[in-house]
Amino acid sequence: MTDIFGLLKGKPGEPDYEKKGVIVQGITGSYGSLHAANMLSYGTNLVAGVTPGKGGQTWNDSVPIYNTMQEAVDATNAKISIIFVPAKFFLGAAKEALEAGIKLLVAIPEHVPVRDTMETLELANKKGAVIIGPNTPGIMIPELIKVGIMPPMPFKAGKIAVLSKSGTLLYEISDALTNAGFGQSITIGIGGDPINGTRLIDAFEMVKDIPDLEGMVVVGEIGGDSEEILAQRIIDSGFNKPTVAYIAGRAAPKEKRMGHAGAIVMGNYGSAESKISMFNKANIPVAKRPAEVPVLLAGKMEKSD
Amino acid sequence: MQLLEFQAKELFREYGINLLKSISSTDIKEGRKHAKELGYPFVIKIQVPVGGRGKAGGIQKCQNDDEFELKYPQVMDLIIKGEKARAILLEKMADIKKELYLSIFLNRSKRCYTIIASAEGGVEIESVKNQIIKEVGLGEVSDELAKEVAKEMELEGNTAEQFVDTLKKLSKLTIEKEAELVEINPLAIMQDDSIMALDGKFVTDDNSNFRHPELQKYQEKTEIEEQAEKSGFSLVELDGDIAVVGNGAGLVMSTLDMLSDNGGKPACFLDVGGGATTESVYEALTLISKLDRVKGILVNLYGGIVKTTVVAEAFLKAYEDNLIDLPVFARLKGTESVKAKEMLQDSRTNIFDSVEEAINAAVMGVKK
Repeated sequence: MTDIFGLLKGKPGEPDYEKKGVIVQGITGSYGSLHAANMLSYGTNLVAGVTPGKGGQTWNDSVPIYNTMQEAVDATNAKISIIFVPAKFFLGAAKEALEAGIKLLVAIPEHVPVRDTMETLELANKKGAVIIGPNTPGIMIPELIKVGIMPPMPFKAGKIAVLSKSGTLLYEISDALTNAGFGQSITIGIGGDPINGTRLIDAFEMVKDIPDLEGMVVVGEIGGDSEEILAQRIIDSGFNKPTVAYIAGRAAPKEKRMGHAGAIVMGNYGSAESKISMFNKANIPVAKRPAEVPVLLAGKMEKSD
Repeated sequence: MQLLEFQAKELFREYGINLLKSISSTDIKEGRKHAKELGYPFVIKIQVPVGGRGKAGGIQKCQNDDEFELKYPQVMDLIIKGEKARAILLEKMADIKKELYLSIFLNRSKRCYTIIASAEGGVEIESVKNQIIKEVGLGEVSDELAKEVAKEMELEGNTAEQFVDTLKKLSKLTIEKEAELVEINPLAIMQDDSIMALDGKFVTDDNSNFRHPELQKYQEKTEIEEQAEKSGFSLVELDGDIAVVGNGAGLVMSTLDMLSDNGGKPACFLDVGGGATTESVYEALTLISKLDRVKGILVNLYGGIVKTTVVAEAFLKAYEDNLIDLPVFARLKGTESVKAKEMLQDSRTNIFDSVEEAINAAVMGVKK
C-alpha cells in the first residue's frame, strides 16, 4: 500500500519533513512555468526543473534547470516529479522520471494515448512508483504542499479527503466544503482518462486509514466502472467514515464522449444510474448538485455522532 | 471515434480477416449497380455509428429487384437512436452453421486489454452466454493463448485453426491501430467450416490520432465540431435550445445535469478547457453564434487561476462585434468577479452569484 503522506510530507525528524523536494518536467514552457510559479508561492519546495537543452540555467532566479531527469534527481535526491510536457512527449518524460528513481509522478497532460499510459504504468509497477493522472489537476495537502495546477482559494487544511475525476468540479466542491467549514486533509485528482495511474480504489486505500480523517467526498463522472468498484470496496472494507458522492453526467447522451476521454457511456456500462445505485447500496448519499455535497456530509456526520 | 461497419471491415480486409463480399453505397443509383455486381440474395445493412440497428429494422434480406427497390430506400430513411444512415452496405447472404462472438477491448478497471470470446454469439454482448475472458496486457495474443481460447470454445479442426488465425490478426489490428475496442459479432462458422466476420465494430483511441493519419479519412465531423477541435475545445451538439459553456468537462456535465433537472434543454456541451482566456471564450461564443437552434447561452465558469475580468472582456468584445444577439446567463466565479460584474452591468450578460440562479433565469429567459 502506498504511504502517500510519507511521500508528500515525510515523517517528523526527517531533514526534509514537510518540505519534500519536487521536480518540474517542462518548467520553461508557458504552462509549466505558470504553474511552477503558482506551486512555489503555495509553499511547494521546487528543487529542480528539467528542460532538455536548457541545463545550467536557472528558472525564476531560484530553481536550477537540468537537461535530464537523472541529473536532476542525482543533484536533489527528489522523489516527486510533475510533468507539463505536451501529450505526445509524455511517455518519454515519464519513463525518464521513473528510470531516474521518481516515486510519485503527477501527470498533468490531457490527450495522452491510452497505450502510453499503460506502458508508463507497467514501468511504474516494476519500479514501485505511483502515478497520479494523466489528465489530472494533481494532488495536494492543503496549506502544506501542492503538486498540481489547482487554484489555492477553494482549499483549506482540514479532515475531509476529496477524490475527484474532474478538475474544475474538485475546485467547485472543495470550495463548497471549505465555505461550510469542512477543510480537506488531502485532495487527489484521479483524472478524466479511461486508464488512471491511481484509480478511485487506489486513492481510497491511500486515505482510508488517515488517523484523524472525519469524512470522504468522491467526485465521479460517467464512464467506466471505477465508482462502482469503489462502492463495493467501501462495503467490503467496512469503512464507516461519513462519505458523500457526486456524479456528473446524468443528462449526457449515450455513446458520446463528454470532454474527457473516459467520460462515455456504452450501453449501461459507465452510466450515472449504475454508479448512483451502487453508492446507494453502500449507503453513500449522492448529491444532485455540487452545492449539496456539504449539506449531505453534515447530515451524515450528525447521524454518525 | 467509432467506425462504421464497412470501415471496420476495410481494416479487417487489410489484416487478412475473412469476409463475405460486400459493397457500400450512398444512394440507390449506386446501390443498383452494386446489386447487379453482387447478385441476389444479399443483405441490405444500414451504416450508423450506434448499435441496435437489427432490432430497428436496419438489416433486411433482399431476394430480387422488386424487394431491392422497396427496401433500399426504407433502410436509407431510418433514423436509429437519432443517427441517420451514413451509407448502405450490400453484403452477400451467408450460409451459416453457427455464430460466435469475439472481441478485444480496453479493460478500464483491470487496466489491460482483454479478450472476450464465446461459442454463443450473434446477440448483444450483454446477452452473450458462456463468455471466455482472458486478460492480455497491452494486447499481444500468443499462439498458445489463442489455441487455448479455441479449445475452451470447443472448436475443432479447420475451424479451430481459422479461429486462432482470426484472433491473432485481431490482436495485431488492435495493437497497431491503437483501438479501444474491436468486435466481431457474429463471427460465423460457415457450412464449409470456414470462419467469416459478418459484422465489425471498431472504436479508436482518439488521443492516439496523431500517430494514425491513415485513420483520419474515417473521421466524421460537422463544421462546428471541426472548428471546436481547432480551438482546443470539446463540443458535443445536443438538440435543445440553451447552449451550455464552461471550463472543465466535469463542470460542464454538471451544468448540463442541473439545467435538465430544471426543465431546460441543452443545445450543446462546450468545454473551453481547464483554463479560460479572452480569446477562448470569444471563440466559444463565435461557435455558438453558428448554431441556429440556440435561444440563450448559459455560461458556468470556475475561474481558478483565470481572472473573471478576462472572461468579461470576451463578452464585451463579442457584443461590440455584433457576434451574438442572444441573452447570456452567466455565473463567473473566481478572482476579480466584483469588477467583472461591474464591467458587464449594462450589457446583455446577466450575471449571477450561483449557478442555480443562472440556470433558472436561462430556463425562464428562453421561454419568452
